[in-house]
This record gives sequence, structure tokens and C-alpha cells, in this order.
Amino acid sequence: MNTSLTFPRGALIASYALEVRYEFIRLLRTPSFAVPTLLFPAMFYVLFGVLMGGHASGDNPMAHYLLATYCVFGVMAPGLFGFGITVATERERGWLALKRVAPMPAGAYLGAKMLMAMLFAFLIFVTLAILSSSLGGVRLLPTQWLALMLLVVFGVLPFCALGLVVGSYASAQAAPAIINLIYLPMAFLSGLWMPLRMLPNMVAQIAPLWPPYHLSQLTLYVIGQGGDGLVAMHGVVLIVMTVVLFVIAQRRLQRAG
Amino acid sequence: MNRSTATIASLRDASKRYGKQLALDQVTLELRRGEVLALLGPNGAGKTTAIALMLGIARPDNGEATLFGTAPGSLDARRRIGAMLQTDGVPGTLNVLELITLFRSYYPRPRSVADIVALAGVGGLLKHRYASLSGGQQRRVQFALAIVGNPQALFLDEPTTGLDIEARETLWATIRQLISEGCALLLTTHYLEEAEALADRVSVLMHGRMIADGSLEQIRARVSGKQIRCISTLSETLVAGWSDVREARRKGEWLEIVTVQPEPVLRQLLFEDTQVRELEVRRAGLAEAFVEITKEAA
Repeated sequence: MNTSLTFPRGALIASYALEVRYEFIRLLRTPSFAVPTLLFPAMFYVLFGVLMGGHASGDNPMAHYLLATYCVFGVMAPGLFGFGITVATERERGWLALKRVAPMPAGAYLGAKMLMAMLFAFLIFVTLAILSSSLGGVRLLPTQWLALMLLVVFGVLPFCALGLVVGSYASAQAAPAIINLIYLPMAFLSGLWMPLRMLPNMVAQIAPLWPPYHLSQLTLYVIGQGGDGLVAMHGVVLIVMTVVLFVIAQRRLQRAG
Repeated sequence: MNRSTATIASLRDASKRYGKQLALDQVTLELRRGEVLALLGPNGAGKTTAIALMLGIARPDNGEATLFGTAPGSLDARRRIGAMLQTDGVPGTLNVLELITLFRSYYPRPRSVADIVALAGVGGLLKHRYASLSGGQQRRVQFALAIVGNPQALFLDEPTTGLDIEARETLWATIRQLISEGCALLLTTHYLEEAEALADRVSVLMHGRMIADGSLEQIRARVSGKQIRCISTLSETLVAGWSDVREARRKGEWLEIVTVQPEPVLRQLLFEDTQVRELEVRRAGLAEAFVEITKEAA
């Protein structure tokens, strides 16, 4: 009996779609993930970009700068937490093993999580876009909005990869602590909360080590708030970081499995 | 049916080490089409490791594991089996219907939801989130996920742990129905009566080694003794001193005597206690066989 020949392509797509949908539902039903992930970027943006940023209308450089950097801060969470903690838990408690024994389509596990993270990233982008254009007085060309959205949606992937590395090594107990230790300091050291020129020189010098720095240079560039303009270089660094981290994690997961 | 097509899953001289612990030591096992094999053994004997190797969750350090004639893990082989693992980690935030729907999407020809619900007895639970279920209900959901794909072989790692007696009997009945439809079963269990109730063959593992392997009858025959059971006031220490008595023990008012030669023992018993009641003689069950075999191996 060869069942593989009778598995139609449509059913395969349906299987992937279900996997994504349930991954998304699961995280929405996990308030400790959904609430901070969706609300923190918006809250911080309103607090620092709008209320403390000065004028509510007209030219507001802080509202512009922080739109670019809070977009990056926003997408770090679904990538790091959505992968780091869920993979560590599912690996340790055996859900990953059970799905590997069941004929889950190859790639559905990580693919679904990646699409889920991109969906969350999109929601964060929409929230920040609405807040910044209404309260923050941010005005961008349609092409700039589009470019920012694409950066945000795909920019979540390096953080998925980083989260996956943590999730494939750390225990379910340790993963949240490790992720938080990466998440907040990295955001600060990459200049997401405060421009790097306002921070000690040393911080600016080591900033290129962190993926959020490179992504923020791109988001700042597309909305015309500086960035050093080395678009290709930052893009390549992010892609290389993503691929290397995914490969490390994938090898570990295969050995653990 | 030749031998190779009759084999569903096998281990050949398979060893697996976790750190310093040798979890499995040159074990050879075979699950054949349509048969029920029980893996028995105390905790840490290597039962779960044996299943993990056959399912491809882990790879043997030495030796070989096969599933449907190839290395475990191929999509095609996985579509023909179902499994219930001990550490299942089912996400608590999904409800039962969502879990079943997800697993159904993995198979080309899954069982209908109605069939799954009826077989696994999860009817009233479909809209409940997994985390809100009791331990026994969660085991039933795990069983439901194992049978979603109409498997030719089921791998159940301690399926009735945490179930009450009634739920266990219900699950046994379901498993018997699947067996009668031709589904092979590999079962690990602590409950000897479970193996006795379901299994054709029994393999006993201890410290990672296979110490006995055979039909129920063969395993029972490893203990040549018969058991005499009765209500008697005779002291067990006195009875233990009789010739031909291997062991005598008391359980409440019941006296249990293990012997190779029941006839002379019975004569003496009836002679010394004229009040003896509820007398029965039977062959040693799997429980006695198991105790005997693990004692020999220790």
C-alpha cells in the first residue's frame, strides 16, 4: 500500500494552513505571550514617542525615529519568545516527538511557527502604523510604509532563528530567563530605545554584533531617519545570521530527536 | 506471508546509551503483523527507549531498528502507525476537536471524527481545552490521536497509567476491537494483567537487557509451579516448612502456597486443616512468572 501517492497537494496545503492557524490560536490563548507581545511596543511608543516626544503634530523626529526602532523592538518578541519558549517546552515535554512520529509534513513544524511569527509581526506593524500616523504625526509615502511593512514582516526571521537556537538547547525552565536576558539588553544595546549617539561610545562600537542593530539601520533608512545607508551590507548580515542560526538549531534538533 | 512482509517493526542487537546510562543493551525484538506484543519490565528497564528506537525518535548507537522494512522515520511508515508516548506534552491551549482535526490533516485517509470519538470515548470533551481535562481524559485524547490514521500498528507506552479500572477495561475493549480488525500492537505496561488480557507474546526487559521472550504460555512455563489458594487458619510459616512447598504467604484470611507438586501438598493441607474453604489450584499467572524471571536476572 503506497499512501504517499494518494496525498493530494491541496490536502498538504490544508495541513500547513491548519498548523499555522492553531499555532496562532495557541499563542493568542496564552496571555503571557500575546499581551506583552502586542501591547508593549504600542505602549512604549505612545509613552516615549508621543507623550514625551514633544509636539503631537508637525515635525516630530522622536515619533519618526521611534517608529522605526519600535518596529524592530516589536518583532523581536514573537521571534524570540514564540520560538524560544515554545520549542524548548515542546521538545522537553514530548509534543515535538509525538508530531515527528505522526506523519506531520516535513517542515510544517518550523514553517508554521515562522508564519505565525510573521503574522504577529504584521499585527505589531499595523498597530504602530496607526498610532504613529494618528497620534505621532508621522507622515510617510505609501512606498515607505510598504517598505517598512516588508522589513518588519521578514525582519522577524533572524529573531525566530535566534529563539530557535535557545529553544533547541535550553530546558523549558531556563528558556524564558535566557530569552529575557537576550531580549531587553539587546534592544537597548542596538539603540532601539535611545539613539546610539546618545549612548557611550563603546555601546555604539559593539552594536554591529546584534541583529536588531542591522534591522533598525534598514528601518531608519526607509523612513528617511538616517541609518548609515549601507543597505546591502545590513541585509546580507541579517540573512547570514539567520541562516547560520537556523542551521545550528536544526542540527541540534535533529540530534536531540 | 513471508517473514519480511510479516514484520512491522524490529530491533536487531540494538543498544542505546544516554550519557553514562546504558538504556538498552543488544536487544532484539520483533513486532509482526496482527500480533500483540507486551514489553514488560520495571521502571528504567528500557521499555520506552525500545519504543523510541522503533519509532525513530532516537537512533540506536549500535545495531539496527526498522519500521516496515526501512529505517524508522519515513513519512510513508509513519502514516501506517499510531503512537501514544509517555511524555506527550500536548499543548493545553488547544481543544480536543482542534487536536483531532490537526492530526487528521496529516493522513491521506483518516478515520472520521465520529469514529474517533466513539472509539476513544472523547465525545463530551471535544470543546474542552486539553489543559482542563483530568489525567484519565487526557490519556483518552492521546489514544484518540494515536488511532486517527487508521494505523496498521499501534505503539502504546503505558496506555492505562492513571486510568481507573472502568476506564482501563473500556480501553482494553477498544484495543481488542482494533486487534480483531488486524491492527498490530506493541504495548509497554507495569500492569501484568494488562499484558495477560491483551498480549500474544511477552518480552521482559530488565536493566536494558531482554531477559525473557516468548508466548504467554512459554513465559508462564518458566515458572513450573502451581498456586494453591484457600481460606485456612494454618500458619504460613508452618506450611512453608512442608516438603514440596516452595513458598507460602498469607493475604488476610487467604493462604497462598506455591508448589511444583500440588497433589501431596493438597493431601497434607486437607489433613491438617479440616475447615479449609474456597480451595483452588491454578497455574502461576504472568505476575508470578514475572517475579520469578526478574529474580533470576537480578
